[in-house]
Amino acid sequence: MTFEQLVFYFLASVAVIAAGLVITVRNPVRAALFLILTFFTVAVIWLLLEAEFLAIVLVLVYVGAVMVLFLFVVMMLDIDTDQLREGFAEYLPIGATVAVIILLQLVIVFSFGPFDLEQMPAPAAAAVDYSNTHQLGLLLYTYYVYPFELAAVLLLLAMVAAIALSLRGRLSAKRQRPDAQVRVRKEDRLRIVKMNAEKQD
Amino acid sequence: MIALSDYLILGAILFSISVTGIYLNRKNVIILLMSIELMLLSVNLNFIAFSYYLNDLAGQVFVFFILTVAAAESAIGLAIIIVLFRRRHTINIEDLDSLKG
Repeated sequence: MTFEQLVFYFLASVAVIAAGLVITVRNPVRAALFLILTFFTVAVIWLLLEAEFLAIVLVLVYVGAVMVLFLFVVMMLDIDTDQLREGFAEYLPIGATVAVIILLQLVIVFSFGPFDLEQMPAPAAAAVDYSNTHQLGLLLYTYYVYPFELAAVLLLLAMVAAIALSLRGRLSAKRQRPDAQVRVRKEDRLRIVKMNAEKQD
Repeated sequence: MIALSDYLILGAILFSISVTGIYLNRKNVIILLMSIELMLLSVNLNFIAFSYYLNDLAGQVFVFFILTVAAAESAIGLAIIIVLFRRRHTINIEDLDSLKG
């Protein structure tokens, strides 16, 4: 067993155990922490696959932002954990059965033939000056520039939607109402008075 | 050397764990969202493994977009959970049956 395989099997077992703990621990905060461990381990596995940029993005965006958001929400809500755990043992048999069947089917497909090392050998290691980020950037800003901009719009949309959903404005706050400002007409503000000119002495 | 099938089987294991998670924690919306994130992660692992073994960067571009969409999805999902908790003081799915006819 080479060193690379040793690293891979160690990381894979850590990821699987942490993922198993995510769905079984009682406390949602611990579940979020184990999910962070899973993401981090998978990011290191992506480093093995020479996807350096995405590994760093996974750590920064997922561990750094999304999981902190999860932790924030979990800690902000006052959740009765015991009530939410009702039916846990009840659904375990059917859940485990479905998962084992899915896993068996996938493993059967993956382990017969087309994905082993003879059919699909590992590519040679990249050159020293090869930059994954550079290559990905070249691809993203040329062939995929339109989807890239759509992704930016999607993120903006998500940001606006999340703020609009969770914003609870104070009723007493003084703020501009742009709709009323746009709808205002001249007649609402301006009164023209017709009157005769006064005679000057 | 590590074969492609090893990465695919790891992805399959993570995927089936998250399917089990959706069955087990069907009352807790937050753990359900975490299971969905785990599913997306296993799919991303498959994309990156294929991208490496086929020597094609398009797989990594796909992972990039999936990460974007997943981040947007979890942000909006958590915002919905917060609004839900404010209104109903629960995130138990069993209590969210006001649409039932």
